[in-house]
Amino acid sequence: MIQGLTRILVGIAVATAFSSGALAQDNKVAEELAKYREALADGNPADLFEVKGEGLWAEKRGPKNASLEQCDFGLGPGKLDGAYAQLPKYFKDTNKVMDVESRLVHCMVTLQGFKQEDLTKDWFSKPGRESDIEALVTFIGAKSNGKPINVPATHPAEKKMYQIGEYVFYRRSGPQDFSCAICHGQDGKRIRLQDLGNLTTKEGAGTAMKSWPSYRVSQGAVWTMERRLIDCMRQARFPEPKYLSDSIIALQVYLQKNATGTVMETPGIKR
Amino acid sequence: MMKKLLIAALCAGLAQTVLAEEKAASGKLVTKNPVTAEAEKVFRDSFRIDNPKYWMQRVEQDEAMKLCGQYKDNPPTALRQKIELAQKASIRYPVEGKLIGNWKEGEKIVAHGRGGHVGFIQPDKPMTPRGGNCYACHELDKKEVAYGTIGPSLHNFGKIRGYSDDIVKYAYDKVYNSNAFNACTNMPRFGLHNWLTPEEITHVVAFIMDPESPVNKD
Amino acid sequence: MAANPMKIRASNKEGVTEVKVLISHEMETGQRKDAAGAIVPAWFITELTAKHNDKVVLTSEFGPSVSKNPYLAFKFKGGTKGDKIVVTWKDTKGETRTDEAAIA
Repeated sequence: MIQGLTRILVGIAVATAFSSGALAQDNKVAEELAKYREALADGNPADLFEVKGEGLWAEKRGPKNASLEQCDFGLGPGKLDGAYAQLPKYFKDTNKVMDVESRLVHCMVTLQGFKQEDLTKDWFSKPGRESDIEALVTFIGAKSNGKPINVPATHPAEKKMYQIGEYVFYRRSGPQDFSCAICHGQDGKRIRLQDLGNLTTKEGAGTAMKSWPSYRVSQGAVWTMERRLIDCMRQARFPEPKYLSDSIIALQVYLQKNATGTVMETPGIKR
Repeated sequence: MMKKLLIAALCAGLAQTVLAEEKAASGKLVTKNPVTAEAEKVFRDSFRIDNPKYWMQRVEQDEAMKLCGQYKDNPPTALRQKIELAQKASIRYPVEGKLIGNWKEGEKIVAHGRGGHVGFIQPDKPMTPRGGNCYACHELDKKEVAYGTIGPSLHNFGKIRGYSDDIVKYAYDKVYNSNAFNACTNMPRFGLHNWLTPEEITHVVAFIMDPESPVNKD
Repeated sequence: MAANPMKIRASNKEGVTEVKVLISHEMETGQRKDAAGAIVPAWFITELTAKHNDKVVLTSEFGPSVSKNPYLAFKFKGGTKGDKIVVTWKDTKGETRTDEAAIA
């Protein structure tokens, strides 16, 4: 018993002695990563998708040959300044809580006459196939640049979606026992060399949510929040939730409410 | 009559509070999520109904998963011990009986991070081997600088603890079912889910427990 | 494969025009191996020029070190709203592409 205890104590002492060396190495790696991120920030290809979105917004398209300029994201028809920053929210006309993408698709269907199935069939861009929704969301998001995220989730439907989002955040399943909280439920950790934000706090959620949509260098494309969340689920070895499904909107309510107050810096650029 | 009703109402109210809030092991109060049933339905409805059954199997939860979610990964002490005992009972050992395998094989399994993806976006091809992806969370071989910090460093694992059979068994058990030692830990239960076979786990054990392994050589 | 059009954005501020270009190109180095172990043949942009109206304002040599879907930004003195910016690239297969935009 004493022998075992001594061994453990020695182990702790030795581990502590080694950890200072590890810290120095960690700092050097962090330095290099910071330089890489600085280099990335010098010119964001997302700007060009923003321009494409601006064009699509005003262009008369679809069976109804109409533009999207009357689309209401919660601040009134056509009012885009700060619209992204206050989504998701409850909409009376559809009686549901909607995020920017579901609201945009709603407008493309009701104002322009597109069919929902056609719009969402290829919901994200692939090499050789660009997504109009991504360009539009980049443009809409940019109109909230510099505005604070504002999702108080006070309406009863919004409150419920927040709780559903929190439930999903902590829900473990799959062959690796993953939940969002496993990676995003604590401070100061990283996976490989990728820093992980604690999305349960205002600081962590704010740092994350303020920079979406974002150009992802490794993907050569702009990713929207839905694209990011659904891909997280894929990485957790879950099957993918459907695009625009309520669980994904609920997660966004949870994250945006946690992030509320943080000023947006979008479009972002990430690895 | 009114007094009796009032007292009854107060008692019911108190009982509700006691039921709804429990102290987690850290001492923090954890309130149960009031929309659990509805949230579960919303979650399940978010998947296509024509998804293959073996994909949807991944959405099923065992008792431990449900409890961990309910208590936000911080269950009260009594429940924690219950979970740990149940998880310990699930551990299975390799047919050969030897718990420490080949560290060179372990090195490959530890570094490999792919396998097991399903879905439409980027599924893994059938028969893609699954790795432990240990560097996602742990430092192991000092030469590998791209390591994560979700878990503690395993560098010099055997060197620090000694190379006894006890430690070998502990390492094997931990990789097979991490929750046997720490309920609701972040570490996957590799053996329980058949993500790694018992034989593969012995190789992983060798990578951290063999004195010749790079983990212990410096 | 016929490449997607370049995205070009040009804006003028205080006498200086800034041009941003996002090019769609595989930029294969010729060093990579595919799943079967065979070398993926090299295919990358070798040169790129940019013109303002009819005057060449940028000549450049690209190479295998430039990554896929290159992003290029550059500035030049002069230019007014409505002027044409024309960008042309040529690659190792001999393919070429030209796209243009007006200064916003």
